[in-house]
Amino acid sequence: MDKQVYISKYCHITNNQVFINGELVFENTQTDTTKNYLKSIYKSLDIKYPKFFKMDNFSKIAFLGAEFLLKEEDNKNIAIVFSNNASSLDTDRKHQDSINDLDNYFPSPSIFVYTLPNIGIGEISIRHQLRSENAFFVSEQFNTTQHNTYETSLLTEEKTEQVLGGWVNIDNDEIDVFMYLIGKKGIEKYTKENIQNLYNK
Amino acid sequence: MQTGKQECTQKITLNNHVKKIFITHHQIISPLGFDSASNFEKLKLKKTGLKELKRRNGNVYVGAKVDDDELDTAFSKIGIIDNFTKLEKMMLLTIQNLLDDSNFKITPNTGLIISTTKGNVDCLDPSSPFYKDEKRAYLPTLGKVIQNFFNFKDEAVVLSNACVSGVLAISVASRFIRQEAYQDVIVVSGDLVSEFILSGFTSFQAISSQLCKPYSKNRTGINIGEVAAGIIVTGDVAKLNENSIEITGSASCNDANHISGPSRTGEGLVLSIKSAVKEANIDLKEIDYISAHGTATAFNDEMESIAMGRLGLTNVPLNSLKGYYGHTLGSSGLVESIIGIESLNQNTLIASLGYDENGVTNELNIIKETEEKPLNTFLKTASGFGGCNTAVIFKKATTNG
Repeated sequence: MDKQVYISKYCHITNNQVFINGELVFENTQTDTTKNYLKSIYKSLDIKYPKFFKMDNFSKIAFLGAEFLLKEEDNKNIAIVFSNNASSLDTDRKHQDSINDLDNYFPSPSIFVYTLPNIGIGEISIRHQLRSENAFFVSEQFNTTQHNTYETSLLTEEKTEQVLGGWVNIDNDEIDVFMYLIGKKGIEKYTKENIQNLYNK
Repeated sequence: MQTGKQECTQKITLNNHVKKIFITHHQIISPLGFDSASNFEKLKLKKTGLKELKRRNGNVYVGAKVDDDELDTAFSKIGIIDNFTKLEKMMLLTIQNLLDDSNFKITPNTGLIISTTKGNVDCLDPSSPFYKDEKRAYLPTLGKVIQNFFNFKDEAVVLSNACVSGVLAISVASRFIRQEAYQDVIVVSGDLVSEFILSGFTSFQAISSQLCKPYSKNRTGINIGEVAAGIIVTGDVAKLNENSIEITGSASCNDANHISGPSRTGEGLVLSIKSAVKEANIDLKEIDYISAHGTATAFNDEMESIAMGRLGLTNVPLNSLKGYYGHTLGSSGLVESIIGIESLNQNTLIASLGYDENGVTNELNIIKETEEKPLNTFLKTASGFGGCNTAVIFKKATTNG
């Protein structure tokens, strides 16, 4: 059996651009807020998924990345392995702000539920009906060794056929998303070095 | 191409060459005691770590906290108390106790896995002594503190996957060892009872003002608790002792249903258990005991009962340990697995504290009184926000086989 794993597709989302397989597919340098920027990407996808508007910014970037990579995918046996630096701090700070002052105390369940980084994985799982292996790791920088080890184990132990992996970070409105889909077919061999090179692109 | 309902694990190659993975040592720091042995003894006596505590606003809640002074006294033997957050002290002390207990030496081939949901999130609070250190609330900083204290060669693998983190960390450790990334792995878990967490769960109306009652008709919600736990995981049979336990199978499957509510059909949990059992190459009938999640919220407990019913596991002795520790978030899966391991080693089933009358659709075989019973294999499960579910199978290690 051919054990070689390939990268079939990848995408980058930055603060004003989206690239698929290295090619610019969306650009918006005009918007005022992260929320409006992410909304403009959503509109460009031409999908109808009102739940998107309930998500926090972190889940939105995770959702959008997955949308670009999974929209033509029929296979449902896809594990999700993400990592980032800031965990859910972007939303944690909002929850903290709501409880700092006892005279102005208004914690909200709709914010609190997003104070976990794997909620973004949950949103993608619901959207694409993936009842698959999930893991969310946190590291200083994108740690391709950790990703490679864990993703390879899921594939070799046949816990999954494909993996949607990547770095999904948002911190103080700075967006850094690099997401990839790996499996038996693809455009490039899946190695630590190749993933690192594509991330840096 | 596949359509329709999808099993998360299609096929497990049953291969005798797959490396066996074991847990050789474990430690707990909890309100019930600062080592695993004293924790298990307290559980045998049905002692709970939960009690009435006061919120910042004066409101009373039931929770379980590690005593600050007791922690500082113990920690002062290994480090400077003011240099570390409470969570760091709990985790560092857990690892130190593991090393002292086992004579295990950390080498460049030893990995570090940290399981936590919120880490040092309490440092975001203006009242925290670490508030001005704006990097302290970041999880990689927590990883760095633990890594540097014990001189681990590599960056920590920090896992933050809601309430399944502690069980998933065991699965992740096995996988890293099987991939030969490490020879051994130290897993440490921890989360605190913070105003951040209490305010959030209160906004969900999930917090009980009484002792929690998992699976009971009279249950009124969860209690939050804090615990640090740690294990040494190895693939090296030369390191086994008479209390070593084998991790024979594990799996995580998402419900793909709702981000804050469990699936009504228990689908993700059912798939996780099936996949873990398949990997362990056992029959469901071989499970002697189930250490379940049992948070004592209406939805969670009901979901588990549906899942156990679908799998025909309602007759297997089962407990939730939330009545002793409360829900310890990213640590719950690990501390509960450790108690399960002790249950195997001492052939003792621990009573599910707080249970009285059945309150779920498929009545479960809840362990009402602590009792001795020959045990060989147990199943640990957990479920959490984001729709995640994890199952791990443990069995007594046969060191000579």
